[in-house]
Amino acid sequence: MKLHTEKVVKLTLVTIVSWLVAALIFFPIFWMILTSFKTELNAFSSPPSLFFWPTLENYFVVFERSDYLRYAFNSVVISFVSSILAMFIGIPAAYSMAFFPTKRTQGVLLWMLSTKMLPPVGVLVPIYLLARDASLLDTRTGLVIIYTLINLPIVIWMIYTYFKDVPKDILEACRMDGASLWQEIRHVLVPITMGGLSSTFLLSLILSWNEAFWSLNLTASQAAPLTALIASYSSPEGLFWAKLSAASTLAVAPILVFGWISQKQLVRGLTFGAVK
Amino acid sequence: MNASPTTWLRLSALAIGVSCTTAALAETITIGTVNNGDMIRMQALSSEFEAANPGIELDWVILEENVLRQRLTTDIAANSGQFDVMTIGMYETPIWGANGWLEPMDNLPASYDEDDLFPSVKAGLSADGQLYALPFYGESSMTYYRTDLFEDAGLSMPAAPTWDQVREFAVALHDPSNEQYGICLRGKAGWGENMALVSTMVNAFGGSWFDMDWNAQLETDEWKSAVNFYVDLLGNYGPPGASSNGFNENLALFNTGKCGMWIDATVAGSFVTDDSQSNVADSVGFAAAPSQVTEKGSGWLWAWALAIPVSSDQKDAAQKFVTWATSKEYSALVADRHGIAAIPPGTRVSTYENQDYLDAAEFASMTLTQMRKANPDDSTLEPSPYTGVQFVAIPGFSGFGTTVGQQISGALAGSSTVDRALANANTVVNREMRRAGYQD
Repeated sequence: MKLHTEKVVKLTLVTIVSWLVAALIFFPIFWMILTSFKTELNAFSSPPSLFFWPTLENYFVVFERSDYLRYAFNSVVISFVSSILAMFIGIPAAYSMAFFPTKRTQGVLLWMLSTKMLPPVGVLVPIYLLARDASLLDTRTGLVIIYTLINLPIVIWMIYTYFKDVPKDILEACRMDGASLWQEIRHVLVPITMGGLSSTFLLSLILSWNEAFWSLNLTASQAAPLTALIASYSSPEGLFWAKLSAASTLAVAPILVFGWISQKQLVRGLTFGAVK
Repeated sequence: MNASPTTWLRLSALAIGVSCTTAALAETITIGTVNNGDMIRMQALSSEFEAANPGIELDWVILEENVLRQRLTTDIAANSGQFDVMTIGMYETPIWGANGWLEPMDNLPASYDEDDLFPSVKAGLSADGQLYALPFYGESSMTYYRTDLFEDAGLSMPAAPTWDQVREFAVALHDPSNEQYGICLRGKAGWGENMALVSTMVNAFGGSWFDMDWNAQLETDEWKSAVNFYVDLLGNYGPPGASSNGFNENLALFNTGKCGMWIDATVAGSFVTDDSQSNVADSVGFAAAPSQVTEKGSGWLWAWALAIPVSSDQKDAAQKFVTWATSKEYSALVADRHGIAAIPPGTRVSTYENQDYLDAAEFASMTLTQMRKANPDDSTLEPSPYTGVQFVAIPGFSGFGTTVGQQISGALAGSSTVDRALANANTVVNREMRRAGYQD
């Protein structure tokens, strides 16, 4: 009986703490959405107002002044194509490193990760010049190449850890059955690690979606994604919080919906190693 | 009706040919700008320009001010020609112009009436007497105050107050228990944020950034008294958390009725008197930016201007647009569509000779007084080697100006003393000047 009560108390506590943590993490997004329905004056008011007459004015302004669909289209194309490309390169790379390691594999893995340690602004000028000479400035192709390269180390690392968890015997068994390399990856390895691969894909997608440094520096008007749309609503002389919040809400909405739909896969992928 | 497939083929080839020619004829110019009210209006009205110039299409890139500056610098330095028109300020124009990065603004049509531009603004956008950008709107600084609060407290604001008077008023109006603060001033660190105000205060207290040998003057008595005055005034009679307030935060505080006074850009005149965004639109008074031992340099001078980088491929079309957007014709168009008070302020003398404008924009005459007073070539009591009122027009200033701003913002927030902040700042500025070769 005592044990049961203890269990209930523990469960309740854990539930409360998780809700609190979730609320804490979600609060900035909630506040952003709330602010997007305020007037500019209200958005600045102190103490901040929780109850107010909501207005859709900011959304009208954003749609009227900016070509939202063009920015959204660029974001979707750039982040999906670069994530798919990163997966296509990442899966074979991780496969060879996980199942046929050499004495240099660990070194290569670490070297790949080390490219993430350099602040992006350190390579801004060379990359800008390369992009200029290759006529890739302000093109979706240019950003796709950059994003694929940026995300590749993380993608390979994540897939590598998922592949490492797959018992070699399974792959050997299917090789014994006469499966080719392609069949082995396509029909055995990928289905087993589907959860992990999906979460890797989603993470790469989110990282590309939110990337602002390169998108602001390498695009002008044609290939600018949603991060550039958000940046355009900041103003040196004029109130802009409410409109900025509306633009931000519109920018996170598509990826939020996508994340919601793929939530199951994501959680399964992230806990894949833990519950094995 | 009985056209053969070959005829259709020929016709479509012709159609494709025609559309290709049209596409080749249409020039697209890319304009980099910031998200300020006047620029938003320009973007909205630009369809009129496109209608009048069928061969030219406009593409807009709107960015945050600092990002825009960085993008433009990269673009010019790499000669990549991504922008045909750039929105830059009075700080960059002379420097970039002297570097040969901007197209000189020659051959302006007679109808443009170049002599109608404010001489001080024109001088600030020139290097060695050559104009490198056309002013889109200009501003000085002035004192905004609440006429209703002044009346209730039995106070009266002179047309040209001193900082001592401003302090007296701030003490009398300060009532933090009712969220009523004596004065709102910029506190956020940045060469274009708190240092714009602090530099004009230092000018008014008789100081300057450098002596004639480019030695930093930040530890002189003038700087110490000005910065101590600023920290005492804003720290004791300003809103809480003032060290993170910039133009926008103060605008919001003033518009929600929390500030007795606010000293900032003249361009705010149209915001504080607009009842769609201000709760105190009917009770705002205007006075000159405060002076102290001198009036020289007590109000700043800034202009947002349109320039054409040498890397642009469409210089002629860009020039057409830049001329149009800063012309009298454009002002008339704005007046027609948005009301006369919405004309971009502070660039043309003729705007202030128009009685309708003076009647509609109650802040206009004070703006004019302040614009006339500001002289970037003579803004300090003692002679100084630099141009610029609230900034020093040399390439390193944006860097060390911001460092000094951080030191002063720290002193305002109480994390350091004024003396220590100024001593640190002085060391930094001298080091930068030595590195840049200004000092032996």
